[in-house]
Amino acid sequence: MRFGVVVFPGTWSDCDFHYVISEVLHEPVKYVWHRDRDLDDLDCVILPGGFSYGDYLRAGAVAGRSPVVEALRDFVARGGYVLGSCNGFQILCEAGLLPGALLRNECLQYRCQSTHLVVENVETPFTRGLRPGQVLTMPISHGEGKYHADPETLRLLKDQRRIAFRYADAEGRVTRAANPNGSLENIAGLVNPEGTVLGLMPHPERAAEAALGSTDGLLLFQSLLGSLVEDGSFLKR
Amino acid sequence: MKVRVLVRLKPGILDVQGAAVKRALAGLGFAEVTDLRVGKVIDVELGAATAEDGRARVGEMCQRLLANPVLEDYTIEMADDLAPRRAVR
Repeated sequence: MRFGVVVFPGTWSDCDFHYVISEVLHEPVKYVWHRDRDLDDLDCVILPGGFSYGDYLRAGAVAGRSPVVEALRDFVARGGYVLGSCNGFQILCEAGLLPGALLRNECLQYRCQSTHLVVENVETPFTRGLRPGQVLTMPISHGEGKYHADPETLRLLKDQRRIAFRYADAEGRVTRAANPNGSLENIAGLVNPEGTVLGLMPHPERAAEAALGSTDGLLLFQSLLGSLVEDGSFLKR
Repeated sequence: MKVRVLVRLKPGILDVQGAAVKRALAGLGFAEVTDLRVGKVIDVELGAATAEDGRARVGEMCQRLLANPVLEDYTIEMADDLAPRRAVR
């Protein structure tokens, strides 16, 4: 599976994603500059965390209108996979590739901590290797991660089972105390209707080696890689 | 042509920044403040044949980038509206 890691001015998790994909998963990966529009040779595009364009105007606002994100629309229409983490999730929402928006954390603090996520939907390419109700441990690191959507959108997300992860306690209970940023109904990650675009505030790339305290982030990649394998052979788009 | 865009969070969306500023004012003795919300001012200078054209173009800018319709409302003020609004120092 061929991965592309997008780099905007101000991106900071690009090297971590590149390292995990190349050195931990041993899959082909290259960097994609934000002015590039050619995504033809890729199967999965990663929008990493950071502060693209300095978060000017709104987090993800300028990046959400950049050439590479415009090209992502065709890429997604062709069935390509997109994973946006942290600032990448903000960019996907600003670009309208996922619904809703991310607001300043309710506590007004930048939160950099480990969180537990309960898995809600295991029928997406990114979660098909997981069990419903499984609890994952991944860090967050953001100041604007409070997910917001209007009631109609929220109903749609629930009806279509598009909420992938919620913040929870270690036992998987979705509680107010386990919500690090005031996110609507503890939403930590969601997918598009086809399940091919995942946005989440936590950092799977920072939970990909035992030395870092968790390897749960790898499960998303392994699910994705597994979703291309059927009958022992890779399915090509 | 000078156009001023005011962007603010929609009513009903909790403005945590505004709440923090309100608390800080209360700490300075301004306890009479009952509500406070923080927004953005964006001054745009552009070439346009008529005020209507200018307003329409800036409206498009708001729709596509300057405001996030999920979260924010915006108002557009033309230069004529701005004239009496001199900064007070």
